[in-house]
Amino acid sequence: MTLLLENVTKRFGDFTAVDHLNLSVEEGTMYGFLGANGAGKTTTFRMVLGLLTPNEGTITWNGKRISYATSPEIGYLPEERGLYPKMKVEDQLVFLGELRGMKKNDAKKAIDHWLERFEVPQYKNKRVEELSKGNQQKIQVIAALMHNPRLLILDEPFSGLDPVNVEMLKSAILDFRNNGATIVFSSHRMDHVEELCEQLSIIHKGNQIVRGSLREVKRSFGRQNVQIKADHDLTALESIAGVTGFTKTVEGGIFQIEDEKVAQQLLTGAMQAGPIRHFEIEEPSLQEIFIAKVGKEHA
Amino acid sequence: MREFWIIFKQAFVTKAKAKSFIITTAIMVAAIFIFANIGNIVDTVKNVTGDDEAANELKVIDNSGVLFPMLKAQMESADSLKLVQSDLAESELEKQVKEGKLDSFVTLNLNEGNTIQAKYMTKSVIDFDIPGQLQESLQTIQTQMNAQQLSLTGEQVQSLFTPIQFEQKNVSPSAKSEEELMQASVLVYVLMFVIYFSVIMYSSMIAMEVATEKSSRVMEILISSVSPVKHMFAKVFGIGMLGIVQIIIYGLAGFIAFNTSKTKETGGFLDMLNLSNFNVATLVYAVIFFLLGYFLYATLAALLGSLVSRTEDVQQMIMPMSLLIVAAFLIAMAGLNNPELGFLKYASYFPFFTPLVMFLRVGMLNLPLWEPLLSIGIMLVTLFLLGWFGARVYRGGVLMYGPSRSLKDIKKAVQLGKE
Repeated sequence: MTLLLENVTKRFGDFTAVDHLNLSVEEGTMYGFLGANGAGKTTTFRMVLGLLTPNEGTITWNGKRISYATSPEIGYLPEERGLYPKMKVEDQLVFLGELRGMKKNDAKKAIDHWLERFEVPQYKNKRVEELSKGNQQKIQVIAALMHNPRLLILDEPFSGLDPVNVEMLKSAILDFRNNGATIVFSSHRMDHVEELCEQLSIIHKGNQIVRGSLREVKRSFGRQNVQIKADHDLTALESIAGVTGFTKTVEGGIFQIEDEKVAQQLLTGAMQAGPIRHFEIEEPSLQEIFIAKVGKEHA
Repeated sequence: MREFWIIFKQAFVTKAKAKSFIITTAIMVAAIFIFANIGNIVDTVKNVTGDDEAANELKVIDNSGVLFPMLKAQMESADSLKLVQSDLAESELEKQVKEGKLDSFVTLNLNEGNTIQAKYMTKSVIDFDIPGQLQESLQTIQTQMNAQQLSLTGEQVQSLFTPIQFEQKNVSPSAKSEEELMQASVLVYVLMFVIYFSVIMYSSMIAMEVATEKSSRVMEILISSVSPVKHMFAKVFGIGMLGIVQIIIYGLAGFIAFNTSKTKETGGFLDMLNLSNFNVATLVYAVIFFLLGYFLYATLAALLGSLVSRTEDVQQMIMPMSLLIVAAFLIAMAGLNNPELGFLKYASYFPFFTPLVMFLRVGMLNLPLWEPLLSIGIMLVTLFLLGWFGARVYRGGVLMYGPSRSLKDIKKAVQLGKE
């Protein structure tokens, strides 16, 4: 069950919201979709859900176009709360479950199961507006998961949750992945993406500026940090070709390099100058990559 | 079809279970019962508080010396008004009236020609009741006095006042007899109100519902599992069902209330509502025009509701629609007294006015069948076109967020819906 987007472009008048986007998500994997606000994430999701039709390119899931016939197999978690404030939690979830093709009794069973799993069974007969933001988010997540979808589209699933609840939600999503569901999710939290996603894309102003597996992305970023701890002064090493930056620390220093080979030269150079206590090549974090690519103002 | 029923059910059940709905309905039913029994209630209140005797006392200065007993006999027989002869001077009583110690008084004189001259003095500008009675009674006394002077017998006097027999008959083919017209106008009046209020209430309820779903972003989930067009029509039908149920409840309450009411002597307005007087054809037309009017305005409301992103903007957006209903109502009201006004005929074919104006004409006049049928046909076509157009706007409108609050956004929504 592969989700495939090929050369997808969406224009609103003169404005290009998404420009030649390509991505493919294998069954049983998670795809991270990163981008600043207004980058085109929601537009992309709406196209995947079939609410908008792309001007160019095709979107297929398992070789077929997504339509209302496939809707029972899709779970969607919108970025903002998408619940009726005045409706009771159970009534609301039954209604949404039925719309995704569930039978009323199955829906009720699923609701009990999920409320239990998320440790909020006491809210079953409460109105949504009475719940805290985090608990509303849990209900929202249940609405997206309860019908056992094969394709999950999660727009900012972790927003508004405390760390304990984030773990709870993560484990639920990982269960779905391990059962072979295809999952696409967007987040501002780079650490979550780093932890969960095999593949990722960063889009900026409609353009896909980074794409690939986490390792590829980090490698191709072409910037790494080398941390050296030593008692002697390391400032002289800054002049080695390929070193783009140096920050002196109490225990030694951190070098920014463009190529892994430079790291070896740094190691040799540092050892010639004196004994060293620690040497480490640090991968750039996704956060750094995102900031470097998208610009500091959006981080 | 399955999704249609799920949304239909949700729109209907959630609203019907809502406290606000139950309370409003209960208040209306209570109001109907109170209205039906208003005569009893007024009587009971009067019995409990008792009538204010002093207020019903009228001071009389009789300068003629003969008129007071006659006037007292004439007036006190029929009314609770008590006449008291006063010895005080006119100026003294006038002072009392000005000071508010006295409500009013009357001075009676008889001139040489034996003509009664009466002067009624009051401080209240809305005192119509007593002077009217006084004038009538004094007129009778004057007639009696004159008859005596002319030595006429009672029969002769009576023959002088024989009323002629006058009957009005309208030969216009569309006109109903006067009695029929009177009954029809009461029924039409009541039903027009029902149609007017329910159309304005339920259509704005729909606009509100749609806007709420949009602002709470449930809409995104809904339209990812059911097409916006289906969603829109399920909503319109669901709320429509709610309206029908509410009106049936009111109708039943009204029927029970007026039939069990002990206020039998009320007559006039309430008598006209007696079920035996109901014209079946008028009721059938009321149902047809209510349904058509509702669906026409509800579709328009859903279309407009889909354009706003915040519930606060709904009223502003549906303003033009509300004005259309109000215009229709005003035109129909103007025609209640004269249903054959020329412009009513033209207005009754304009689909947004038809539900009220054509209903008025068909209820008050004997129209040839093709007239209401033609207007119903026009409405159906309009409804179809509006449904088609509304669906296109809705499809895009529900995805639009931002400070949209003008009708210009319709174009934008259609554009977005196409994509």
